[in-house]
Amino acid sequence: MSILALQHAVAGAGAGPVPVDETGAFLSIGLGLFLVPLLSAVTLIFFGRKLPRGGDWIAQTAIVTCAVGALTMFWKVLVQHGTPGWSWSSAAVGQAWDWIALGGFHLSVGIYWDNLSVIMATMVTVVSSCIFFFSAGYMHGDRDYPRFFAYLSYFCFAMLGLVVVDNLLMLFVFWELVGVGSYLLIGFFYDQEDPPKASLKAFMVNRVGDVLFLLGIIICWRTFGTLRYSEIFATLSAGHFTELPVGHAFAGLSHHALLTLSGILIFCGAISKSAQVPLHTWLPDAMAGPTPVSALIHAATMVAAGVFMVGRMYPYFTPEALNFIAVVGAITALVGATMGLVMWDIKKVLAYSTMSQLGYMMLGLGVGGYVAGLFHLITHAFFKSCLFLGSGSVIHAVHSQDIRDMGGLKRKMPVTYWTFLIATLALAGVPCFAGYYSKDQIVATSLAWGMSHDAAHWMPFVFAAVGAFMTTFYMFRLVFLTFHGKPADQHRFDHAHESPPVMALPLVVLATVALFGGGTLNPLPHNEELWFNRLVEQPASAAIAGLGLEVHPTAEHWEHAMHAAHYPALGVSFIAILLGFLLARRMYLTKATDPAAVSARFGPMHEIISHKYYFDDLYNGVLIPGLQRLNRALAWFDRNVIDGIVNLVGLLARSIAFVAGLFDKYVIDGLVNFWRWFVRTLSAVLRLTQTGNVRDYLTLTLIGVLILAMYLAAE
Amino acid sequence: MNLLAVAAEPGAVSGSLSSYLIVSAILFLLGLATILTRRNVLYVLMGTELILNAANLNFVAFTRFGGYELDGQMMALVVVMLAAAEAAVALAIVLRIFHDFGSIDMTRTDSLRD
Repeated sequence: MSILALQHAVAGAGAGPVPVDETGAFLSIGLGLFLVPLLSAVTLIFFGRKLPRGGDWIAQTAIVTCAVGALTMFWKVLVQHGTPGWSWSSAAVGQAWDWIALGGFHLSVGIYWDNLSVIMATMVTVVSSCIFFFSAGYMHGDRDYPRFFAYLSYFCFAMLGLVVVDNLLMLFVFWELVGVGSYLLIGFFYDQEDPPKASLKAFMVNRVGDVLFLLGIIICWRTFGTLRYSEIFATLSAGHFTELPVGHAFAGLSHHALLTLSGILIFCGAISKSAQVPLHTWLPDAMAGPTPVSALIHAATMVAAGVFMVGRMYPYFTPEALNFIAVVGAITALVGATMGLVMWDIKKVLAYSTMSQLGYMMLGLGVGGYVAGLFHLITHAFFKSCLFLGSGSVIHAVHSQDIRDMGGLKRKMPVTYWTFLIATLALAGVPCFAGYYSKDQIVATSLAWGMSHDAAHWMPFVFAAVGAFMTTFYMFRLVFLTFHGKPADQHRFDHAHESPPVMALPLVVLATVALFGGGTLNPLPHNEELWFNRLVEQPASAAIAGLGLEVHPTAEHWEHAMHAAHYPALGVSFIAILLGFLLARRMYLTKATDPAAVSARFGPMHEIISHKYYFDDLYNGVLIPGLQRLNRALAWFDRNVIDGIVNLVGLLARSIAFVAGLFDKYVIDGLVNFWRWFVRTLSAVLRLTQTGNVRDYLTLTLIGVLILAMYLAAE
Repeated sequence: MNLLAVAAEPGAVSGSLSSYLIVSAILFLLGLATILTRRNVLYVLMGTELILNAANLNFVAFTRFGGYELDGQMMALVVVMLAAAEAAVALAIVLRIFHDFGSIDMTRTDSLRD
């Protein structure tokens, strides 16, 4: 509402077309966005302890500067002269830096702005700013306070770099850097038992996906000879495939299969980073980190990087790869939601909720709802970070993470309660809240997808609908157990208090966005009314163009299905939300039904879900020992065979060197010594003639004359 | 050989060229022997005088038997004059040698070696 109104107002005031040249502004904001936090991180690492207040003001100034830069960008581009397909690439105006130039391999790095990256950068900086201020209250008095802010700044550097770069390899580099930031921050409380383990687990699980991601990038580079997004898509659309040489591992694959493989491999990076099944196991454990970190990294930004990357590479994915993404997303959405039902740790519930919502985003992207999935990414970032910060506020107050220790906190912590409630309603997708507009687009698109394909394609919609019911249920379970009812632990309750303003204010800001983030409060909006839909449009599929595939369903058919799905999807979502709310109310507020009885009825099911579907047991019991056995075998091979060969080569080299040494010592040196001896001896003889006695010289002269005379006489 | 043939030519001269040359050669050898055997520098100087005079004798003899005007005699006079000058310089050198080495023994003045 507000932003569109502004856009119209400015357009009406005659803001004119796109200005002549804003290269300088775009470039400096792009660079500043990630270099300023880097500067702050470096400063804090080295001087944090010496600065007043641990230097938190440096980090806060840096991130607020970035937020101002991003908002300027947002204003300039999206509000002043926003067109859906707008993009600006620094390479196109000659502002790209050569990073690697090796013969035919040429890689330059530049800044790439389009509506998606501008919105993403704005979201990251605004959420980060809120969290930086919240952290000042939450981490107050911590022994490693400066280090915390240094890591946070570092993370923002990596995350913003990931958003603004213009090629896949740099994206991968920043992708790994955010991974390091996540690792450092999960293990922040390094002297406790769980955090270091959890940080290592997060890092290792992410490696699995990242290796596959890198493979996908390599195939992409091999096939299209470039890694810059725009160039990849242009080459692909034109159908210019570089043929693989005969004997290459993938030489037998058709273009279609190769592209699908590469797309799925690239998506594998997102599977680990965005906690999709089956590489989601690190995310719940990552909650061992400080709560602001969970809010920033493991809810709003880093885990969303996978979704962002899929959005970036969207034209690259073949229909088959998109199907794969949709299926993985749907499974994740449902699996995450079910696990959220049974957790008692307030942060774990939110973690599984995050996982489930990330599944929704992937599902949305996979079924062709590019705009829906990315819109949900943005709205989710705000309300989920609000929920996490709210849970941080609660944990700060009662010093426990178990919701069975809480209850009745509504009276003690009104600000936290109301912001938490708003964010919960947004997450559940209650009409008029931000999450409603994005989530229902996903549900509607998945329904349209099901309608325009065969029966098997209904699966994402069914999973999404069931997930919506569960989401509402576990969120209200959380709200009721934490804030309503009687205090479970009177002692904790008595000591609970509302958080200080530095923590409460960020909650209010985030809750405001969670309420108004849709840009409208109309409960039955047309998609065109939503600011995000106005600014971001689904890019044409380069894969379909490049492979010459038939579009299925046709644009007309799809339009029709989308139209037909709109209201039924709304209805289904609304019923799911209502059922979830009523069930939660019955079980946890009015206590008409005993939760234990319900879990007993679903005995085996409950057992499986409580054990997190045995994913961890599978990994720890089967996969890791198997890998370790393989590692031991490889180590043996390495020690005995590879080292043997290496040692043999070493021995050979030594023998050759020994012979060469002998030759050097006796032949070369001998020759040198001989000449020395020769010259010395000769000079010793000749020196005898130089007596210094004139008479001797005369004698010799005489002899010489005589010899000459005899020679002449012999003539 | 050539020289002897010239000497054998008949003319208004007494004696033969070879007898002059033999005397000159004897003088030369005496001078040379003096230079090579005597250790005293003064003797060496005398030896050089003998050698110069042997040369003078050759000049005169060849002029006489070669049918030249007075070229050889002129040259001999120049040599005599030169020898006088040389003796003056040489004696000054001998004085310096004596001053520096405390002796005029030629075998002891071997600093040319250095």
